[in-house]
Amino acid sequence: MLKINKDSALNITFVGIGLCLLCSAIISFISIQLRSVQENNVVLDMQKKIVSSAGLEKVYGSVENAMSNIKTHIIDLDKGEIVNISPDSYELAKELREDGRYKFLSAEEDIASIKKREKYSKIYIEYKDDKINTLILPVRGYGLWGILYGYLAIEGDFNTVAGLEFYEHKETPGLGAEIDNPKWKALWKGKKIYQENGEVSLKVIKGSVLETSNNFSYEIDGLSGATLTCNGVSNLIAYWMGNDGFLNLINNLQKIDV
Amino acid sequence: MSKYSEILFRPVFKENPIALQMLGICSALAVTSKLYPTLIMCVALTVTVSLSNFFISMIRNITPSNIRIIVQMTIISSLVILVDQALKAYDYETSKTLSVFVGLIITNCIVMGRAEAFAMQNPPGVSFLDGFGNGLGYSVILIILGTIRELFGTGTILEYEIFPLVQNGGWYVPNNFFLLPPVSFILIGLIIWALRAWQKDQIEEPEFKMSQNSPELIPNPPPTPSSKATS
Repeated sequence: MLKINKDSALNITFVGIGLCLLCSAIISFISIQLRSVQENNVVLDMQKKIVSSAGLEKVYGSVENAMSNIKTHIIDLDKGEIVNISPDSYELAKELREDGRYKFLSAEEDIASIKKREKYSKIYIEYKDDKINTLILPVRGYGLWGILYGYLAIEGDFNTVAGLEFYEHKETPGLGAEIDNPKWKALWKGKKIYQENGEVSLKVIKGSVLETSNNFSYEIDGLSGATLTCNGVSNLIAYWMGNDGFLNLINNLQKIDV
Repeated sequence: MSKYSEILFRPVFKENPIALQMLGICSALAVTSKLYPTLIMCVALTVTVSLSNFFISMIRNITPSNIRIIVQMTIISSLVILVDQALKAYDYETSKTLSVFVGLIITNCIVMGRAEAFAMQNPPGVSFLDGFGNGLGYSVILIILGTIRELFGTGTILEYEIFPLVQNGGWYVPNNFFLLPPVSFILIGLIIWALRAWQKDQIEEPEFKMSQNSPELIPNPPPTPSSKATS
């Protein structure tokens, strides 16, 4: 084999350019091969959260079956109406960047400390015999270290909670991150959101809820050591179930449904 | 044969990259709060360091010495991107937990250190073994850390409950201290202590000797104003 001078300018150029081309070709090839699997993973992961927020994977046996009974809608939050926009390209982060598609919240309005609220929201509805069986709403609010993103599932009476699931948060492991604990999440099922007079009463309290308490059906046990996270959860419920959140939608759906 | 097993197993206890060479501590602190992501991280690093050693060694004879670090980095980072992409495709949940730390394997000193110290001088086959051995050495320490931290921090191992938690009606109050990164420092320190008690030749010569704090022992103490005044 010909002995090459490996430190010559020619060899440096050759090895440098050659290696870069080779590596970039391999990476591009592999990443294109894997792209569809990765995108599928992201979608599946989100679907899993949506379905499990309402506890539907048990009802239907699998996430895919459940998703086939769930319809996605884009709604106008101020009017509380379903609008005719394709939900496929909807992204919350994009909505919050584009002028005119969000509004800034004043300090009094902003109970959940989210600063901006989108004009359109993407919601999920599970239909059973052409009637709304579960309403799955995206909610978010500030916890201790960052914004908690989740789904709140409400039953067909538009008042009973079917479940709550957070898909993104930065809370402390073992303390605030216990909002992911299945035992705690199970406490939400069957609780009521609105009182007779329409006021949002559902909240997380400090300590445990007594079964004899008048507010038993409106209160959730607090997580010990995670008061600020729990307050954040209470605040986001109060905000998103209120006038500025999904209350208009819920009122409208109730009129159609009954 | 014994030469190869020596290359493979030497880095596990005798020349452990974390415990003796103090490399790769950063990720050992960051990813070990749960055992499962720790295992995935170990696999990711072992694959990267073995393959990077292999490829770097393959082209070592045509690598110009003045751009060799860039050549090594290009190979290492390409491999890390591939590992990261594969993880995103086949274990999405864990890739979310490990997030940026898979990408940070690029800056893991073990990978670069083995490339520079071993792969540049040795043929591809043994370089691969050396990389694999160092990956094992890294993995041993990480698995010990991950097991201890998950067990005491959350009472579970691989999500399987070992100590019944108070939250779930048991007796164990999880020690959140074990979930914080600094506890890894303490555990690594204890592991090094244990390792050096066993393998005495790993004990380093002290760099400085402490001298006694008495004036007679200091040769020719410089005269100070106060000593002049009293004498």
